[in-house]
Amino acid sequence: MRPGRHLPLVAALLLGAAAVTAHAATIQITIDNLVFAPAEVSAKVGDTIEWINKDVFAHTATARNGDFDVATPPKKTVTSVLTKAGSVEYYCRYHPNMKAVLTIAP
Amino acid sequence: MFVRLSAAIAALSLLGSTALAQGAKPTDPQIAHIAYTAGVIDINAAKQAIAKASNKDVKAFAQDMVRDHETVNKQALDLVKKLKVTPEDNDTSKTLSKQATEKLAELDKLKGAEYDKAYLANEVAYHKAVNSALETQLIPSASNAELKNLLQTGLKIFQGHQQHAEQVAAKLK
Ligand SMILES: [Cu+2]
Repeated sequence: MRPGRHLPLVAALLLGAAAVTAHAATIQITIDNLVFAPAEVSAKVGDTIEWINKDVFAHTATARNGDFDVATPPKKTVTSVLTKAGSVEYYCRYHPNMKAVLTIAP
Repeated sequence: MFVRLSAAIAALSLLGSTALAQGAKPTDPQIAHIAYTAGVIDINAAKQAIAKASNKDVKAFAQDMVRDHETVNKQALDLVKKLKVTPEDNDTSKTLSKQATEKLAELDKLKGAEYDKAYLANEVAYHKAVNSALETQLIPSASNAELKNLLQTGLKIFQGHQQHAEQVAAKLK
């Protein structure tokens, strides 16, 4: 089989991926003075969350149902991609008084 | 088994009534000293726990305490430097330190799961006492706005620690 035969498939996959990326959004959630803001965010599977930690303290964004656990080091921005739908309550493992909700549509 | 409140906690609870009885609020240099001392006490307890604890969640909790309290205390040092305030030693700080040393010696005699439980029980009670002292005495008495701000951030961090300690303690049972 000649390698060229696979090209249309590869092209389709690449285009497909590009199409998905075009629809996916990047959403910012800020951590400032031990508060996640906005406290309630709606997103879709495939969206990227940009976690902006403005504090000098290390925090985490940890889903209560175990769907994600993101470490957010002091004064750093980290990103994570949403892979599962659902209404997810999350909190900081170090400071469980920090709480917020992410509603992820399929 | 842990009904006996540690003496350090009793000292913090007394802080309010003593100051009120004398009709004198602690000054900013005294508040800074008390807050810093309270942090050092928890760091020392945590260092003991890192060396002695057998449960990995207890050890991880102790590491969190060292990291956060060192960060808060660094903020406090930077602030007093900026404000050109010299923290002033006082009876509350002295009593706190003396009694924390006694508590460390008491905990040092314990081992294994018994130590882990005693450390966490003291962490819950200690953060509770510090938070109450911050809320009712130190924050209302602070006159400098930046100091008040830092104490308020400290209160949120320590309330988080109290809940975290309660969660780890509940898992030990
Ligand atoms: Cu946190």
